[in-house]
Formats: sequence, structure tokens, C-alpha cells
Amino acid sequence: MTPFRYFQLIALAGLALTLSTVVQAAPLSLAQLMASLAKSPQGAATFTETKTISILEQPIVSSGELLFIAPDRLEKRTLKPRAETVVLDGDTLTVERGLRKHVLPLKNYPEVAGMIESIRATLAGDRKALEKIYHVALNGDHERWTLELTPLDAKVGKVIARIRIEGTKDVVRSVNILQADGDSSQMTIEKLLLP
Amino acid sequence: MTQHTRHRGITAIVLWLVFLLVCIGIISRTHFTTDLSAFLPRSPTLEQQLLMDQLRDGLASRLILVGIEGADAPTRARLSIQTAQRLRADPAFASVNNGEPVNAERDRAYLFDNRYLLSPAIMPERFSEAGLNDALGDSIDLLASPAGLLVKSILPRDPTGEMVLLLDRLNSGSQPKLIDGAWASRDGTRALMLLQTRASGSDTDAQQHAMAVIQHAFEQSAGASASAQLVMTGPGVFSVTSRDTIKRQVTRLSIISLTLIATLLLLVYRSFSALGLGMLPVISGALAGIAAVSLGFGEVHGITLGFGTALIGEAVDYSIYLFVQSEQNNTDRQNWLKRHWPTIRLGVLTSIFGFASLLLSGFPGLAQLGLYAIAGLVAAATVTRFVLPSLLPAHFRIHDVSAIGLMLSRGLKRATMLRWPAAIVLMAACIVVVTHRDSLWNDKIASLSPVSQADVELDTRLRADMGAPDVRYLVVVSGTSQESVLSTAEQVSARLQTQVEMGELAGFDSPSRYLPSAAMQDARQNSLPDRSELEARLAQAVQGLPVRAALFKPFLDDVEAARNQPLLQVADLQHTSMAMAVDALLIQQNQQWRALLPLTAPEGVDIHADRLRAALKGMPDVLFVDMKAESDRLYSGYLNEAIMLSLGGLAAIIGLLLLVFRSPLRVLRIITPLAAAVITVTAGLSLLGQQMIILHLVGLLLVVAVGSNYALFFDRPDPHTPILPRTLASMLFANLTTVAGFGLLAFSNVSILQAMGVTVAPGVILALLYAAIFARQSNGYPSHA
Repeated sequence: MTPFRYFQLIALAGLALTLSTVVQAAPLSLAQLMASLAKSPQGAATFTETKTISILEQPIVSSGELLFIAPDRLEKRTLKPRAETVVLDGDTLTVERGLRKHVLPLKNYPEVAGMIESIRATLAGDRKALEKIYHVALNGDHERWTLELTPLDAKVGKVIARIRIEGTKDVVRSVNILQADGDSSQMTIEKLLLP
Repeated sequence: MTQHTRHRGITAIVLWLVFLLVCIGIISRTHFTTDLSAFLPRSPTLEQQLLMDQLRDGLASRLILVGIEGADAPTRARLSIQTAQRLRADPAFASVNNGEPVNAERDRAYLFDNRYLLSPAIMPERFSEAGLNDALGDSIDLLASPAGLLVKSILPRDPTGEMVLLLDRLNSGSQPKLIDGAWASRDGTRALMLLQTRASGSDTDAQQHAMAVIQHAFEQSAGASASAQLVMTGPGVFSVTSRDTIKRQVTRLSIISLTLIATLLLLVYRSFSALGLGMLPVISGALAGIAAVSLGFGEVHGITLGFGTALIGEAVDYSIYLFVQSEQNNTDRQNWLKRHWPTIRLGVLTSIFGFASLLLSGFPGLAQLGLYAIAGLVAAATVTRFVLPSLLPAHFRIHDVSAIGLMLSRGLKRATMLRWPAAIVLMAACIVVVTHRDSLWNDKIASLSPVSQADVELDTRLRADMGAPDVRYLVVVSGTSQESVLSTAEQVSARLQTQVEMGELAGFDSPSRYLPSAAMQDARQNSLPDRSELEARLAQAVQGLPVRAALFKPFLDDVEAARNQPLLQVADLQHTSMAMAVDALLIQQNQQWRALLPLTAPEGVDIHADRLRAALKGMPDVLFVDMKAESDRLYSGYLNEAIMLSLGGLAAIIGLLLLVFRSPLRVLRIITPLAAAVITVTAGLSLLGQQMIILHLVGLLLVVAVGSNYALFFDRPDPHTPILPRTLASMLFANLTTVAGFGLLAFSNVSILQAMGVTVAPGVILALLYAAIFARQSNGYPSHA
């Protein structure tokens, strides 16, 4: 390698370094966040969900696994307190509890669809899908960001007040759903490092 | 011509004209059908009766599956939604489903408001402290799931989760997926709709109207463009298209076949008056045939008409024999009557004996063909014998065909050389028939269907897309009242539920699900504790659960209301989508009530009929029916019966010939070429991979009937008498017209017409060839008559 070329390389590396600091310092844009989420869409994670429901004296805590397969399949396997598998695939939601299997066409249940779509679209980095149902606001930076979703559709709005999704870099950390009737659920997500 | 014969001639003509008028009168009042009725038994068993009812106006018979293809997915969905909207306003349709939740509100209300009468879980234990605790625990668990969102609001009213249970039971069937708000095929290339007509599937006119309405609604939808197409299928659609197909084909075939035969005869006769006169027996035969069937059966099937078309080629033979064999003059015709008429009469008689066996068939379609053939041939032969000679003008003559006759005579002398090759062909045919004996016959009733292969494929595709009920397996409960059949249906349901849990069944449906028997409703009502009792138990039941008993005041109100509500009646279901199900599954016929419980087989497997019968053992008035097996059994029964009857017909023909000739050897000589032709055709069909259906058998009977004329002409008591060249010529012409008439059927795409065509056309050629090859040779030269 000639000295000239070597110099060129160092210069380029320096430039890249400067540029990246510039990017990190600037506030994160929605496009950037979505792009980075879309880049690593496949993932398995564990979750713990705490639901606070007014008619119940205590919150219900459930836990299990989340599996997302791009572009549009989300599996939520609850292990506790009772085994249940919920699979969102395209337009249909399948709920399996024990021997029973329910198939819900999402079109008929916009409120359920809205809730689940928020998670799926975020994991997929699918801005279009997200903005179809919600007004999306982004705060924070690349290291720590918060997405605030407010329903656009009145029917969804009747059930969901807002959804707050927090994350670090391209990883979703928690999903907080506040329902219109005051009930809420807080789901924390731990990404599983696949071998 | 003597005064006497002229007088007789005039009488014959007058009688004939009267006869024709009567026939026309009868035909003008005849009802023509193309539905399945011709293929259903005249004296059905219980299972068969059920099968027939289902085919005629059962749930499945009223379904029309609609697909919208082409364009893009959003366009297809929009077309589906708009078309459905128009159709829902049309009284011709009992229901229009395309995945839109149109009845959802009313359905929900019916289920929710009556949950304590409908839910199978309602038993006294359900409302004990432990029972309540269990049910509450389950409901609270459900709140943790995404579906919990849907039940949260009803928890205070329905803490035991009856609504979830009811919805579960109802939605057990798989549904097509939704794309842009409308049902779509699995591969997403087609929008789907499932319609139910109010009219039964056998009401072809109503079905045709329904199809036109669907087509119109589709075309009127905004955005309907050339790129999007509508396809339809279903039993009603099938009967409409097959009626159209049969009508079109019968019309076209008769025109072509008449033209072909007329051209042929014109070439031979070179005389229009001869052609016209020669057609008189044919027309008389056709009219007599239709009139006879109409009188005998009250209606005429389209297939019988198709068969009649082909029979033109056979009926025209008699006049050919008359004209060609007595081509010279009037004296010669008197001579013909003496010399040839007995032979032809015997030929007609053998045909009658052959076809008479069909009259005994339990299959009305087959009996119709038999009656048509007998009436038609008798009329044609009688007109040829008694009317036609008197109608011929004094100097009537046709073109001289003796040159052809002489050529045939010379050929016949050399036919002996073909005896060995023919014998070898026959031997080979025998071997083929024996080795293929198990696969000769197709005993599936579907083989009779006049529906084209392409239509069947479309149907299979749409059904698979839709997951539509094919209503193959049914449990049928009979009884004397609605209450009794509903009550038995509940007991059957309990046993079937066990089968579902064992994996023998994927699911089942029952009218008692939507409308429980009064006894069951009463029992459920009695399971509900009174308010104060329930309140006390509930207070205990919430111990250890994260809820307060006070939350469930609405539950106490609802249970109290349910205890006093009037029992559900059919009328309560009105305007719900469940009304349709009850309507289809609960049938009243005169004093007889029936409940139908359609079963769904586990994916990819058939239901084990034996295990289910065993599971339902000991229940009187309960019948497990496999519709497909039943209909195949029905058909193979017919097929066996038809084979036996045909053999009986053959025996009758042999008996007749023995009676006439009193010489077994002579009879053997007549029968041999006919048997040889039948065997060779059967072998040929088998080698070509065409399994024979009942109509091939009719074709074989025709080969025997037509061939017997040839064999009788070739048969001579004295081998020294040569066969007249013009007799040979007449046989060739008769053969050509028969081949023309039936050969056309071979190109029909209606399987039953095609079956007759491919059997008769080669069969009669072979019968003539075998008769010529195996005929006893005359020693002398043919005299030039």
C-alpha cells in the first residue's frame, strides 16, 4: 500500500467518525428510528406484563415470550398465570387457550387490532402502518427514546387513550398502554440473545 | 295395386295422421327436466330419501359460492362489499356472506341476552360456590390476554364467561381470511362470497334467476371493470349450467346429425322426395318416443332427448331398407314386404326385447331411455311397413346403387380372408376384458354428472378456499315433534362432543345449539339459584380472587331475569344469522320432524363411519349418513341392476331367436358377431382408459339391437342363396347413418351422451364387419337382381 492511499484511508475514517458524532448529538428523527428498527426486525424476547384493571382489586401479572418474524407475524406466548398463545399473522389474530382456538379477523375488532398493531409495527419499523392508526410523537435520542402514540380512529380512541413505547437504540424496552377507561398495562421486554 | 290394398293404405295413412296429432298433443303438454331426478331411485330407502331431499332442497343445495377474480385486492374487496349490499336487499337470498359483520350486532344480542338458556355449561354445579369460584378465576385469567379487552366490559354481567363459551362453540368452523374487509381465498387472488338462496337447488328456474341477479349486482357495482370477473359455483349453478349445456348440445347435435344424415341419404337417393319420405318414419318414431315417455313418466329428461337425437340414425334404417332393397318398382316392393319384412320385423323384435329389460330398471332415467327406444323403433318400423309404401308416388325410384352393391359383393367374397385376423382381435379383446374386469365399470355417481370437468375444478377450488361445508357426513334425528328431535339432537350432541375431544371429529353443528329443546331450557332455568341464594354463594366464591362481590350486581340482576324469562322459540331467532342455520337443520315434512347434525371431518382424513355408528349405538331414530358413500352405493346398485337386466335382455333375445328359428346353431351364428362387437368395444374402451358408466351399457344394448338387423340379413338358412348386392348396399347405408347419428354424441362434453356415442359408433361398425366376416359364404355368384 502506498503512503498516499494510507493517508486517504485515515482521512476517510476521521470523517466518518466526525459525522457519526454529529448524528448522535442531534435529536433522533422518526425516520431514523424506524429505519434502525426495520434493520433488525427479527427477534425473540421475554416479557412481563402488569395490567391494572379498575374492577380488580389487584393488578394481574403475566409473563412469557414474544417472537417477531418479519414482516408481519407476532407471537405472544404467555406462560403465566395461564398458558396462552396469541398469534398475529397478517390480518388475523389467533388466540389459543388450552384446547380452544379462536380466530379473530382483526378488521372486526379494531380496538384489539390497534393495541397489537402498535407493538408489531414498532418492532417492524413500519412507520406507515403505525401512522395509519396513530398520531406518532418521538422524544429522546438514539440511546433512549420514547414513542407516544395517540389513536386517530374514533373507535380505537374509545378504548385506547395512548400508548407509550420506550426503547434503546434498535431495541424496544417497554410498552405502556393507557386505556380510555383508566385501566392500564405496562409491559417490559427483555431481548433474548439468540445463540 | 288392388282396390283392397289401396283401401287399406288409406286407412293406415289416416290412422297414422291421427296418431301423430295425438303425440303432438301429448308433447305440447310435456314437462322437460334436466335435474338429478332421473338418477334418483323410484322407491328409496330411508337413507336414500334423505339423500334425495338434501340434493333437492337441503342446505347444501341452496348454496352458491361466488368468486371475484382479476383486478387488484382492494378492488375485489370493494366489488364484493358492493355486490353483497345489493344482494342483501334481494328477497331471493336467505343470506349473503362475504365476511362483513352485518348480523353481528343482532347475533350478539341474541346470544348474550339468552346466554343462561343457551350455554351448555349451565348446570346446578356451575352456580355452587366452587363452581362460581372456578368460572370467575377463568374469566379473570382471560382479562390478562388481548381478548380480555373484549370481555372486560361484560365481566360484571357475565362473570362465569357464558358468552365466551357460546362464541367459542359457534366460531369453531374455520373461516376464509379477510383482505380489505372481505373474504378472500388463501392465496389472496380471489374475493369470496357465500350465498344461500331461498329457493331450493332443484328449482332450476329460480336458481337461474338468482344467478342473473348476482351477475347484475356485480356489474352494477361501481368500479366493475373488464379486468374483474365473477365466477359462480354450487349445486343450483350446476343444474342451471347443465340444463343449458344439455339444451344447447341436444339442439346442436340434432341439427348437425339431421344435416349429416340428410346429406348422406341425398347422395345415395339423389331424390328429395325420397329423402323427405324416408324421414317420415324417423319423425314418427321421435314423436312416439317422447309422447310415450311423457305418458309413462309424467316428464321427459333432457338426456332422453339427446338419446333420441342419436336414435334418428337408427330409425332411418328401416326406410333405407325399403328404398334400397326394393329399388325397382311397385311389384318389387310387394316382394320386399314378403321377402325382407319378416327379417326386419325380427330385428325390431330383438331390439324391443333388449330394451324392454331397461324398463324394469329402478333408475327412472334408464327406464325412460328404454321406453323411448321401444316406442320410437316400433313407430318407425310400423310407419315404414304400413304407411310409407302407400305414400310412395307411382313412379318412385331412387338412384341406382347396384354398382356399390356389386362392389360390396366382391368385397364380401374376400372377407373370408379376414377370419383369422378377426378371430385374433376378438381373442385379444377377450383377454383385455378378462384382465381388466375389475376396472371396467365406474361405480361413482359423479361419473353421471353432466357438469364439465372445468366447472368441477372451479367448484373444488372455491370450496377449498371457502372451507365451505360439503355436507358429506350427517347425523339425522327423526321424530314426531320439534321438541322431540331437538331433545334427541342434544343427546347426540353430547356423544359427538366426546368424539370431538377424542379427535375423531373436527366439529359438528346442531340446531339445538341455537334453539335448545324446551326441556333443556327448562332444566337450565332451574339450575339458576334465586337472587339471595346466588348473592350468598357469590360472596363466598370471590374469596381469594382479586374482585369484590359488589361488582357483580348486574350479574345477579341478569340471572334473576333469566329465571323468569319465557323459553326461546324459533321466532326469537329472527334476523340473526343463526335463523338460517336452524332453518336448514330443522326440517318439518308433513307430520315428520328431522334435525340434521352436519359433521366436519378432521383435516385431511375421512370420518370413521364404524366408530361413529358405534358411538351413536342404542339411539333409536338416529341415523349416521355418509352422503357420498350413500350416493355411490345407490349408483353402483343401479349399475349392477342394469348389468343384470341387460344380461336378462340378452337371454330374452336368444330365447326369441331360438323360438323363431328352432336351431341353436343358427342362433349362435346370429349372436356371435354381436357378442364379438360388444366384447371388442368393451376392450377398446378399457384400453383407452375409459371406465364404463351405465350409459355405455345402454350403448352396448343398442349395438346388439342395431347389429341384430345386420346379423339377420347375413343369416340365411341355405348358404347357396347369395346375399343380394342391394341388401349389402342397404346395410352399408344404414350403418353409415347410425354411425353419423351416434358418432356425433362422442364429441359431446356431456359425459352421459359421450358415453353412448363412443360405444355405439364403433360398435355398429364392428357388428357389421364381424357379421360380414363370419357370414357363411355362398357358393354361387350373386345374381344381378
